[in-house]
Amino acid sequence: MKQRTTDIAVGLFMLAGLAALLFLALQVSGLSPKSAESTYTIYADFNDTGGLTPRGKVSMAGVTIGSIDAITLDTETFQARVAMSINANIDNIPADSAAVIRTSGLLGEQYIDISIGGDMESLAPGDTFYSTQSAMNIERLISNFASGK
Amino acid sequence: MIDRIASFGRSGTELVVSLGRASRFLAGVLWGVPRPATGFPLLLKQLYSVGVLSLAIIVVSGLFIGMVLGLQGYTILSDFGSEAAIGQMIALTLVRELGPVVTALLFAGRAGSALTAEIGLMKATEQLSSMEMMGVDPLRRVIAPRLWAGFIAMPVLAIIFSMVGIWGGMLVGVEWLGVFEGSYWGNMQASVDFWDDVVNGVIKSVVFGFVCAWIAVYQGYDCVPTSAGISSATTKTVVYSSLAVLGLDFVLTAVMFGNF
Repeated sequence: MKQRTTDIAVGLFMLAGLAALLFLALQVSGLSPKSAESTYTIYADFNDTGGLTPRGKVSMAGVTIGSIDAITLDTETFQARVAMSINANIDNIPADSAAVIRTSGLLGEQYIDISIGGDMESLAPGDTFYSTQSAMNIERLISNFASGK
Repeated sequence: MIDRIASFGRSGTELVVSLGRASRFLAGVLWGVPRPATGFPLLLKQLYSVGVLSLAIIVVSGLFIGMVLGLQGYTILSDFGSEAAIGQMIALTLVRELGPVVTALLFAGRAGSALTAEIGLMKATEQLSSMEMMGVDPLRRVIAPRLWAGFIAMPVLAIIFSMVGIWGGMLVGVEWLGVFEGSYWGNMQASVDFWDDVVNGVIKSVVFGFVCAWIAVYQGYDCVPTSAGISSATTKTVVYSSLAVLGLDFVLTAVMFGNF
């Protein structure tokens, strides 16, 4: 009988651990069971990415539609090339849309906002944004203002 | 002067010798995998005393650490008007760092010292040598179940610690200080990644559990079989485990999160 109570207690202990892991996965990290959603990659070249980081979000009209995969420097044009993966069900982004780096709040982290164009054609996997707008840099704004440009 | 240099050198040699003995001991334990039929009940018994009985201290400390994080985080973040980020702060601190580390420190104090004292007393009362006389391998019968139990119980305890801490942070942040519940969970889910944060935290706790259990059983097995020897072995277990956990934590953090 004593052995049996030990068994039950250990079983409950392991179950509690499993339940806690499930809690961390679903509620804390927001891992949804269908999170292995397929995505496709598109690129954008920026003159200045500011504080943009991988794993940052890509949004359209305020709705998150993907995330930033990698930020590399193109050694020919000396621009930053940002690879982002977009959810596969958003497959009709107009080809003349612009990728804009914005800041959430005054001190928040930076993300890419896609402002919609009007082209009938849409961006295919592997395509690059035609127009981009770099991160707003307060120091540059002030120096432009001071030099009267 | 010469004596002092000699004793310094001797303590260095001693360290290397004991490290080598500890590794040989570990190899002996891992080699002698217990037969499932006899080993499993022994393992369950140890899991009960190492894991289930440590649950109370883990849950209570997790709750209070989460609540303190909530209070401290709110005070700092409200200066910047970004109280909403409190969930993200609590979750990341707990899952990445405090969960595994504090659990390992508590585990070394609560379970590790008990393991050392138990095995040390077995050695002092010559139970281990009588087992050998009867043809029972004490490494297999006594040490291996305890080592595996520590190894298995530690990650489970760390996960439960993190969960309770996040819940405690919610009690303070949401219920008491009035942060909007949606932004508490929403910010948390936006910034915590399952593989990068949660799984790395679990890997940390697996490593800590292994190290703590190893140090505890080795110190017990290797102690001087007197009452003074057992007490100094128990002290050593807690000191060495804590130092090893904190040092390894730095190394693991640098490897896991240091790729800037």
